[in-house]
Amino acid sequence: MDYRLSQLKQLEAEAIYVIRETAAQFERPVLLFSGGKDSITLAWLARKAFWPAKIPFPMMHVDTGHNFEETIAFRDKFLSDMGARLIVASVQDSIDQGKAQEEKGPNPSRNALQSITLLDGIEQNKFDAALGGARRDEEKARAKERFFSHRDDFGQWEPKNQRPELWDLFNGYKHKGEHFRVFPLSNWTELDVWMYLHEENVPLPNLYFAHKRNVVNRDGVLLAENPFISLMKGEAYEERMIRFRTIGDATCTGAVESEADTIPLIIDEIATTRTTERGGRADDKRSDSAMEDRKKAGYF
Amino acid sequence: MDLLRFSTAGSVDDGKSTLIGRLLYDTKTVFQDQLDDIERTSAARGDDYLDLALLTDGLKAEREQGITIDVAYRYFATPRRKFILADTPGHIQYTRNMVTGASTVNLAIILIDARHGVVEQTRRHSFIASLLGIKHLAVCVNKMDLVDYSEAQFRKVVEEYEKFASKLQIPDIRYIPISALRGDNVVDKSDSMPWYEGSALLYTLETVHVGNDLNHVDSRFPVQYVIRPQSDEYPDYRGYAGRVSGGVFKPGDEVVVLPSGFTSKIKSIDTPEGPLTEAYAPMSVTMTLEDNIDISRGDMIAKPDNQPRMTQDIDLMLCWMNDKPLQPNGKYRIKHTSRDARCVVKEVKYKVDINSLHRVEGDASMGLNDIGRVHIRTTVPLFNDPYTRNRGTGSVILIDEFTNETVAAGMIL
Repeated sequence: MDYRLSQLKQLEAEAIYVIRETAAQFERPVLLFSGGKDSITLAWLARKAFWPAKIPFPMMHVDTGHNFEETIAFRDKFLSDMGARLIVASVQDSIDQGKAQEEKGPNPSRNALQSITLLDGIEQNKFDAALGGARRDEEKARAKERFFSHRDDFGQWEPKNQRPELWDLFNGYKHKGEHFRVFPLSNWTELDVWMYLHEENVPLPNLYFAHKRNVVNRDGVLLAENPFISLMKGEAYEERMIRFRTIGDATCTGAVESEADTIPLIIDEIATTRTTERGGRADDKRSDSAMEDRKKAGYF
Repeated sequence: MDLLRFSTAGSVDDGKSTLIGRLLYDTKTVFQDQLDDIERTSAARGDDYLDLALLTDGLKAEREQGITIDVAYRYFATPRRKFILADTPGHIQYTRNMVTGASTVNLAIILIDARHGVVEQTRRHSFIASLLGIKHLAVCVNKMDLVDYSEAQFRKVVEEYEKFASKLQIPDIRYIPISALRGDNVVDKSDSMPWYEGSALLYTLETVHVGNDLNHVDSRFPVQYVIRPQSDEYPDYRGYAGRVSGGVFKPGDEVVVLPSGFTSKIKSIDTPEGPLTEAYAPMSVTMTLEDNIDISRGDMIAKPDNQPRMTQDIDLMLCWMNDKPLQPNGKYRIKHTSRDARCVVKEVKYKVDINSLHRVEGDASMGLNDIGRVHIRTTVPLFNDPYTRNRGTGSVILIDEFTNETVAAGMIL
């Protein structure tokens, strides 16, 4: 008898184990849902983990207000089909309440402001664990993350002094006011996520598939036309065949030129590509430790 | 596709970063924007060459000091396998992070500088690999280019290592002469060492058989979560969710539930895609039983004719991982499978000098990075097996009750 599991099945089993462990160890977990493929995968796995019961915790979308319309429409349909409860934490509210301040410049990004809204949302709802779809292959600071990542009462990450994490024994003990970030997809790569979405036939926003759209080339990043950015001198929109490799704040999520309009074509494209998926993220280009610095301050 | 988890340990100068850089680069895992990034950083620091260690050292403090502090995980794939690489620190003060990285791997790479042979660090890494029950070692004798690809030098290092390794419990040890810098025997077989008849490192990683590393004999199912939909569609459904940590479970199998000792039969193994005909490690599944028994998180489902030990007095090898030393007769939280309990450390029987592998008796103190045999008593029985028989049911962690930090890792004897 051959008792082997394919690598995707092993990753699935590991993620489901981590999601169940979160539900068991914490009183008020929440799943951070952005409408991107990683959080879609995470929600899909959460549904499997507790089936035939409903997912025993809500989803929270940290909404920058700078969305692609398609993302919001997709979010509402996907989660209601699943019977999940959605909480929206709005960056605009944080700005209106004076807790956050809008950046200045030609493409003011609300990416960094998300941390404030996220921590606020966690505090107001008294969440003690936030499940996220971050993967270790995305970025070098994320390669250092534990599955159960402790945050102090300011929501800060202490990367130099993380709790040892052995075998599959996860230590979720904490003091009042502290919380955990939990990353069930830690060991997945971009390619794994796509192969899994394909194998499981999971619905996805159209933004991921090649389509025609007006874009502007700014410092090598193709930004889609949207009401939240303004053209600088000498810039103009032009129509190109593009798709998005990640879906985030519309002001800093770069598109790639692509003809890939099905998952198998996307998989082929990724298998031969020579840049990382965050290569199109203007927010990561700000410095060598941009991600580590944002993570320490409470970012996803 | 198949999956191999492996680890590397070492410091900057033994060529670990170069080796990893080469594996990632030659399997086309390093992307252009990452190369641009490290080129920029290398140039800004005034380095003479491209420092591939910048690829793996992710924290600011690590890049500044040029050392690895915490485990970094790397992912790459060949047409044969996907690989998860835990790149762990070699310095003694970060032993706990090395143990973290190595606790889940199938294979460990031990790097030895061909010029220097077996050194203290080699012994420490090998001992920890053995302690963690890693069944496969690839001992890479590196920098062969600096000893003129000499077979005699390679044999000398291998002999030295074998003498030491006879005290370890690792069934499969392979020796590979390599030059990470020049790429000899890393991805492709080298022409410079025609005397070497074995395979290159990558081929070894692609083909080492790890199918038997999990226990498919002793059926163990720690209950992780109880699923009760209480919906119109499933009014009386009670499913026991968990991850199989050993053996095989099938519908119709007779099972015993611990600690109650009640027996029942498996009614179904459920997934949203339909029922399964069997479940084995490391699958995450949900089971239902024929009888309505009181079962909660922390209970264990096993087979009546093959049950785990049910004990409160437990001997284990303990690796201390906290700056605050072990308190004599101290009380700690303990986590074992899905069970949480408290324990008291009754006795430190001996400590191990991890360089000589000698036992040190008569010293009851345990501080950061110490490894020793201890005796504990737990508040409730743990349903356990020896670690050498089953990693899942043979491992525990100890947690400080005041700081909530994970202070020790234990392997049950």
